[in-house]
Amino acid sequence: MTVTKSNIVAKTGNEAMAEAMRQINPDVVAAYPITPATEVVQIFASFIADGLVDTEFVPVESEHSAMSACIGASAAGGRAMTGTSSQGLALMAEMLYIAAGLRLPIVMADVNRTLSGPLNIHCDHSDTMMVKDSGWIQIFSENAQEAYDNMLQAVRIAETARLPVIVTTDGFIISHGMERIEILDDDEVKKFVGVYTPKHYLLDFDNLITLGALDLPDYYFEHKRQEIEAMINSKSIIADIGKEFQTKFGRGYELFETYRLDDAEAAIVAMGSTAGTIKVVVDDLRSKGKKVGLLKPRVYRPFPKEEIADALKDVKIIAVMDRSDSMNAQEGPVCLEVKAAIYDASTSLSIDPEHGRRVDKAKFRPILNYIYGLGGREIRLDDIEFIYNELFDALKGTDKERVNYLGVRE
Amino acid sequence: MEKLVEIRWHGRGGQGAKTAALLFADAALNSGKYVQAFPEYGPERTGAPVASFDRLSTKPIMLHSGVTNPDVVVVLDPTLTDSVDVTEGVLEDGIIIINTAKSPAEIKRELNITGNIRVFTLDASTISKETIGREIPNTPMLGALIKVTGILDFKEMLEDTKKKLEKKFKSKPEIVEGNLKAIERAFNEVRSQ
Repeated sequence: MTVTKSNIVAKTGNEAMAEAMRQINPDVVAAYPITPATEVVQIFASFIADGLVDTEFVPVESEHSAMSACIGASAAGGRAMTGTSSQGLALMAEMLYIAAGLRLPIVMADVNRTLSGPLNIHCDHSDTMMVKDSGWIQIFSENAQEAYDNMLQAVRIAETARLPVIVTTDGFIISHGMERIEILDDDEVKKFVGVYTPKHYLLDFDNLITLGALDLPDYYFEHKRQEIEAMINSKSIIADIGKEFQTKFGRGYELFETYRLDDAEAAIVAMGSTAGTIKVVVDDLRSKGKKVGLLKPRVYRPFPKEEIADALKDVKIIAVMDRSDSMNAQEGPVCLEVKAAIYDASTSLSIDPEHGRRVDKAKFRPILNYIYGLGGREIRLDDIEFIYNELFDALKGTDKERVNYLGVRE
Repeated sequence: MEKLVEIRWHGRGGQGAKTAALLFADAALNSGKYVQAFPEYGPERTGAPVASFDRLSTKPIMLHSGVTNPDVVVVLDPTLTDSVDVTEGVLEDGIIIINTAKSPAEIKRELNITGNIRVFTLDASTISKETIGREIPNTPMLGALIKVTGILDFKEMLEDTKKKLEKKFKSKPEIVEGNLKAIERAFNEVRSQ
């Protein structure tokens, strides 16, 4: 892609996602407004009104209906998209499992906002985490540029993996923050996303199929196992499409991003907009000679566990930042995944008859968890520096808490 | 402009603090800068104190936290200084630009501003009433900001704003004309201490 001045624009995260949707030109968009995601579909609706897209817009009475309409449209053979946030995603939850179980490649923009109660409209990841086990691929975006690029890739990922995809941005921080982004030409996007040709669909009258039928104990498990297999296989699909995007447009995407991690002693794992703030601190501490790095999971579902464990294999200590809590009286959802990844990378599956279970003790590293930013609580540079300092403290022998609540008054 | 420049806008809901931040970022973008512009989301209502922010740099901006130590503060409403500490966190060599008919010396005294912080004033309310016909101080304050900081090229910015306003107010050329005149007057009338 040749970057011309007209390709460089200032857009909010919501505008960037709506712009991606305009260029994708889906067959159906069904949505219900909710702060802070309203603008995504509001702006998109104006594209329809202005005749810029051919999309059929379905203004529904609830998010449950929005997802139901998307399921219908996708099952019929169309490209269907929606956008929502927080309570809206919660209200969709029932239909999300159905969309994934029916293997419908719907793409959704979700602007991360906390779930009530108490009532709060600001950012955390509790909404997306609530549906982490629904069978949707989940892609987190650090900024408006990634939100735009991820939306474009999501269509291809969904249709190749035959699984629905959620692309998230951090509410207000990204959704309402205006940033410099580079957009592609309409033709380039059209070529990249291609024409959707589903293998099976309801309106294919020569090859009639049944969707959504009762699936009893004799076959339900096999069908679910296929869905699980699709999620496993989606890892390489996501990676390949990220590479193709880089080849074509110059901006590379992998399952996760590492930032100055190669020789790092202390690493933070964090998703979303905070990763950008962490990079600033990493640069600052590196200039002072401290070996720090960042690992930013881009794809939370499927969780790239072997790859992440491998990327973290040489660091001495890890802090995982979670912008939600699992209410499980232990760690947050990202930390649990990272711990499981490192446990599996450090232990064998068989027992040595003479020596017992083979454990690579060197691979077991201290992992601290930091729950942060709930309900939009601000996260500053010194908060991040504090975490790195705690990690170096622990490396010197000071015992730390396993789970920490960053900046909360107790 | 090697270092990151951070700007905080103070206004009342409805005065255009958010729009000003977005306009300024867009103009900076067109001069080749990396930008961020974002409002503060609180219980915003018409007339209630609100803030918005800009970040400008020659390099990509990765930071995603709020602005706490701005280089420049722009105050759209002079009555805000009674209830909001507009000087909060301003860098030691920072700049404050206030919409008021008062002189910078008077403001410095009233707000008890000491040290190297530089204060500028502009009667943006009067200018906007005379040029646009309504009290919309945000566009003239944009002109003052560019004059005082020298961050952007004034002529380029004026051209850019013209294009944007012409697109937005296709059927109302007088609004475009008034806004441009307001920015030009502000550029010439802003007072330094």
